[in-house]
Amino acid sequence: MPDSATDLLERSAEAAADTAAAAPAPAGAAAEDVIAADLLVEEISIDGMCGVY
Amino acid sequence: MDAFDLDAAWRLHPQVSVRPERFGALLYHFGTRRLSFLKSPALLSVITVLDSEPTARAACTRAGIDAAEFPAYARALATLAASQMICARTAA
Amino acid sequence: MTATLIEEFRYGLAAPICLTWELTYACNLSCVHCLSSSGRRDPRELSTAECRRVIDELERMQVFYVNVGGGEPTVRPDFWDLVDYATAHHVGVKFSTNGARITAEVATRLAASDYVDVQVSLDGATAGVNDAIRGAGSFELALRAMRHLARAGFAGFKISVVMTRQNVGQLDAFQSLADSLGAQLRITRLRPSGRGADVWDELHLTAGQQRQLYDWLVAHGENVLTGDSFFHLAGYGQPLPGLNMCGAGRVVCLIDPVGDVYACPFAIHDAFLAGNVRSPGGFAAVWRDSELFARLRGPQSGGVCASCSAYDACQGGCMAAKFFTGLPLDGPDPECVRGLGQRALALVDAAAPRPAGDHSHRTSVTRATGPVPVSIGPRPADVVATTASSPARRGVPARACGQDPLAGFALPAR
Repeated sequence: MPDSATDLLERSAEAAADTAAAAPAPAGAAAEDVIAADLLVEEISIDGMCGVY
Repeated sequence: MDAFDLDAAWRLHPQVSVRPERFGALLYHFGTRRLSFLKSPALLSVITVLDSEPTARAACTRAGIDAAEFPAYARALATLAASQMICARTAA
Repeated sequence: MTATLIEEFRYGLAAPICLTWELTYACNLSCVHCLSSSGRRDPRELSTAECRRVIDELERMQVFYVNVGGGEPTVRPDFWDLVDYATAHHVGVKFSTNGARITAEVATRLAASDYVDVQVSLDGATAGVNDAIRGAGSFELALRAMRHLARAGFAGFKISVVMTRQNVGQLDAFQSLADSLGAQLRITRLRPSGRGADVWDELHLTAGQQRQLYDWLVAHGENVLTGDSFFHLAGYGQPLPGLNMCGAGRVVCLIDPVGDVYACPFAIHDAFLAGNVRSPGGFAAVWRDSELFARLRGPQSGGVCASCSAYDACQGGCMAAKFFTGLPLDGPDPECVRGLGQRALALVDAAAPRPAGDHSHRTSVTRATGPVPVSIGPRPADVVATTASSPARRGVPARACGQDPLAGFALPAR
């Protein structure tokens, strides 16, 4: 099982790289906000938890 | 975000529920349905004594916060004010 | 969202942040994908008094909010009493409904309440697509309820859609519908749970549709809720808003109609059963001390997924999706964005686990193509009467013991 999983991962690496390149990157301003964002408080949506229908 | 006024009087919004946790606290605002995660037990202490201190600065001092860390805590309080978790206390 | 947040939540909390509470297995519909295999009431349902005690516990634990569902929760005669009791005891309520009891009058009352939110289930933007999944007439039932809510001024009620192969092309239409009603759109992932296992192969999104959904959410999903149910798509790149982790047993759990506590509403199976609220110590003891939850809150190895570069983002996906498709929990999600789950499925040689119970209606259903012929209305008189033969249950109203899922139910007047 581990061998076939490794094969699958290797074969997928190229596809994954293509996928990652195609994924939208955060805008420059948003990235700065993340860096400057408050380290002591974070906000989460009350609907942001998986396992609630 | 406007600079937070540490020298004003603040209080926890009456519709906010504070739940202490191992890492700090969870705050839930029943009116806005927003949830905030406080990542510091010291910040929880500040929030807890906010109502009974004349200023936010005094609350930070009472919570044992070092003056050098005040800017970080001011930013945290500003975030909480922006989401209405805390609000300005009008003169009694 | 920093790693710290997930780390803290992953190791468990003093109480759930929110939890799903299925109040009854009774339902007036028979949706083909029902995660709880609902239809017929279970005679062992928690009584009104027992439900109030659970609410008391939730208040003590400071659980902020319960998502009440079922079955169709509004068919319980004590439903409105329990909602009022919860909000009076500082527990916010959002309830999920197919629209069954949302009359104009009910909508007006709901619009006036600050602490009750409503979520109407809909799985098609047109009757054709919707009713093929939820049954003939269900689209109209939902729309009627939604119009009452809109007219009553209930801004921001939720329209919750389970994404399927058949409706993923209607995303824009769903958004328009929500906009026209002043509602907020919510879309969630189909899991192979409950009756969902039987329709998973034909209804779950294709790889192409999954990508389409992700792209749509990134482009248009700013005000769309997802219940964090697409965290497995974080493997595509930018994660979607939410905790992006499995909440089961850590920040959420399920209380089912007979008081069983499961890690998650999509995992109704003994393997994910943590305890029962009727045992000593009640719900609090289960949340705090259950062996299953302790295991879920411990470090997870990731198994064969751990060496994949996407693992930090997707964390191996959904436990329930893996379990009910027969996949090992320490391997890829069946819908792994890199196709690794699909390949793993080909290697599964044993039958997948079946859900814990089946409260489905016993009506036989023909499911070739087209709408499912389900009658919505009072059941014929051949319903088994349990009240005469069951042992007397002190304090439990006779009707709550009955297996007739429509006891006391009447179609809202047009």
